[in-house]
Amino acid sequence: MANPMRIRANATGDVVEVKVLIRHDMETGQRKDSSGKAIPAHFIQTLVAKCNDKVVLDAQMGTSVSKDPFLSFKFKGGNKGDKIAVTWVDNKGDTRTDEAVVA
Amino acid sequence: MNQNRRDMLRITSVLGLAITAGLINPSEVFAAEWKAGVFEAKSLEDAIKAIGADKFAVSKDVAVNGPDIAENGAVVPVSVTSAAPNTEFIAILVEKNPNPLSASFNIPAGTEAAVSTRVKMGGTSNVHALVKADGKWLIASKEIKVTLGGCGG
Repeated sequence: MANPMRIRANATGDVVEVKVLIRHDMETGQRKDSSGKAIPAHFIQTLVAKCNDKVVLDAQMGTSVSKDPFLSFKFKGGNKGDKIAVTWVDNKGDTRTDEAVVA
Repeated sequence: MNQNRRDMLRITSVLGLAITAGLINPSEVFAAEWKAGVFEAKSLEDAIKAIGADKFAVSKDVAVNGPDIAENGAVVPVSVTSAAPNTEFIAILVEKNPNPLSASFNIPAGTEAAVSTRVKMGGTSNVHALVKADGKWLIASKEIKVTLGGCGG
């Protein structure tokens, strides 16, 4: 199941720093379980971050992004109170969107 | 069938129609699609080629930051910054991983060309940052030593 993300967005002047911590196993498909069977790959493929519906970051991930991915980036033109929405989609079609307000 | 589901179906079918009719570019709906070929490339050269960077130059404008020695290869913090103007794309590649491309980012105008994330590393390897700025491909590298592999090694 998709667990909630932790999103923190802080504005310094007009620059907003966004930090996202996603809860996801990011299974590579190369690990084996105790019986020797390969654990199927399960990982986030795309992630989009939007500020008030404007895309501010668009990421694609492979299997080698670590478990519970962390992401941080900065963008200009944001203000306190703006809404940040982050959406990811994984290779099994699971998706999740979480929102935060710029502080 | 409840009302929400009905709405959802209607919305998706309308969106789907708009996409097939060419009214909306899929990239505008969900910015960039995941490209299997690029992420499944088995070697650094193949991955760079699949990204579309035929020619690239080592640049001082691009910086890869990470630990010199990572104790745990499963969680290696890596950040990439680019001082090159009009940086529009950043890719993080771990040379010796089974699939070198770890993550890539499209940087819209207004977003700073600086991203941090955490990657898995199978062992000691060079980590490369491939950047597209002003139509040119720039690269920077850093060796990160791994004392404990991140891929079950």
